[in-house]
Amino acid sequence: MSDDAHVDGNAAGGMLAEAFGADMTAVRGCCAGCGAVNPIASLITYTRAPGAVLRCPGCGIVMLVAVAMPGGVRVSVAALRWLEPVAG
Amino acid sequence: MARISRGFRGRGRAADPARVPPGQYVTDDFPVLSAGPTPEISLDDWRLTIAGEIDAPVSLTWDELQALASEEVTTDIHCVTKWSKLDTAWTGVSVDTLLEGIDTAAEYALVHSYGGYTTNLPLEDLTGGRAWVAYAYGGAPLEPEHGGPARLLVPHLYFWKSAKWVRAIELRADDEPGFWEGYGYHNYGDPWQEQRYAGD
Amino acid sequence: MAGTALRGRLTWLAGEVAALIDEAPGVRSLVLEVPGWPGHRPGQHVDVRLTAEDGYQAQRSYSIAAPADGERVILTVERLDDGEVSPYLVDELRPGDEIELRGPIGGWFVWEPALGGPLQLVAGGSGVVPLMAMLRARAAAGTAVPARLLLSSRSLEEIIYREELAALEGRADGLRVTYALTRTQPPGWTGYRRRVDREMLAEEVWPPGERPHCFVCGPTGLVEAAASAMVGLGHEPGRVKTERFGPMGGS
Repeated sequence: MSDDAHVDGNAAGGMLAEAFGADMTAVRGCCAGCGAVNPIASLITYTRAPGAVLRCPGCGIVMLVAVAMPGGVRVSVAALRWLEPVAG
Repeated sequence: MARISRGFRGRGRAADPARVPPGQYVTDDFPVLSAGPTPEISLDDWRLTIAGEIDAPVSLTWDELQALASEEVTTDIHCVTKWSKLDTAWTGVSVDTLLEGIDTAAEYALVHSYGGYTTNLPLEDLTGGRAWVAYAYGGAPLEPEHGGPARLLVPHLYFWKSAKWVRAIELRADDEPGFWEGYGYHNYGDPWQEQRYAGD
Repeated sequence: MAGTALRGRLTWLAGEVAALIDEAPGVRSLVLEVPGWPGHRPGQHVDVRLTAEDGYQAQRSYSIAAPADGERVILTVERLDDGEVSPYLVDELRPGDEIELRGPIGGWFVWEPALGGPLQLVAGGSGVVPLMAMLRARAAAGTAVPARLLLSSRSLEEIIYREELAALEGRADGLRVTYALTRTQPPGWTGYRRRVDREMLAEEVWPPGERPHCFVCGPTGLVEAAASAMVGLGHEPGRVKTERFGPMGGS
């Protein structure tokens, strides 16, 4: 990404913990676009938005979108093949 | 329920409910919101395409857009993240002008941006003098971070419908949710009815 | 009480300002007492939420600056000129005031002495805050895990925790601190006078063969350039952990 106006998945940690009841930043996800595997903490994240948009650092595709709705945080799975906790 | 923070005043201030939709705060800034990196589009490569439920797609170059009759629009804008900005001044081409001479039975539009963003709305909300493709703000060329070279401007709906970096207007017989509409936001987004989220 | 709270269940807690510490120009630490705080690990952060009287809310994330200490949570905040929340936290807050926070957040950008070393820390500006929690934890544990900190700052005066870092280095327990002063330097300065770059990292960072645990934090541009350079120098990508704070001067 050529811009600096993004952060990373660490910044979405609070919203994701609210949704999943556990820290998600250390969980690895496989991008359904390009197959790259990265911890959620490393996803290129846009938080200056109506929600948090988490993109693959490899191909830029939107993998997850977290929106704080009246009933709680909704996490939309846009381009995620799998998730697994990090070992160690 | 949330505790008041003594002495905290945010950028926004509450305002006249006759002027500003419910739940909004007026700001003097122009916040930059984005779901992704700012696309870089050269004016030589820029095209605005109108496609879908029409006989043949229409594609305008930048020069062709500039040659169309433009309007100066002063309007309030309302973001679903609760900030409103009053009396914003834009220059652009009315979508009515862009659709002149185009025959369509389509009732809906899906608007596409450079960079992949999309938003949907009924075709009638893009017409009747309610929408523009805007290429200048405050008398100066629209900055990339605010959607330049050109963005859609539909001020009667929440501002996520005013797609930045507009690339195409797809005319459709059926309604297809765009980016935020698919991720939890309201399909229509009327700020005066406070239609922020799906189910509101 | 601490440690028995349900892991991951985040609720908004009220933190009372017990003390305020001026760390550097425009940078202040908030010492908060947070009843119900479940404890935290070095590197984690909190979300802070402010509510104005008219109901307007703003929320930002801030790194915790010190290791777990009962119900005490220390945040170090840098005032951003066009910020909405940071000017309030740095200039307006008074002892006795309350702010809402939730946390601790983060399980990736975390280091504890038990993880061992060597430890490689790289930071720009206020990116040093979560790394300071790691160094303070290291000092409190009395461990001699070898550690290096490469810290970029605009000037010597703007270095956060400068005296404490000198004191930690003075313990001669295996910590080396190196500064890169990017805008102004004091007379006689023989250290780096430029932004962190690949050449500087090659000189200062543990060699890849040592397999250090690397943590890079600060403005997005610095973090990405440094992390990418370190991987280019041979460090395993999985051992270079990053936390981006966004553009300089944002929020």
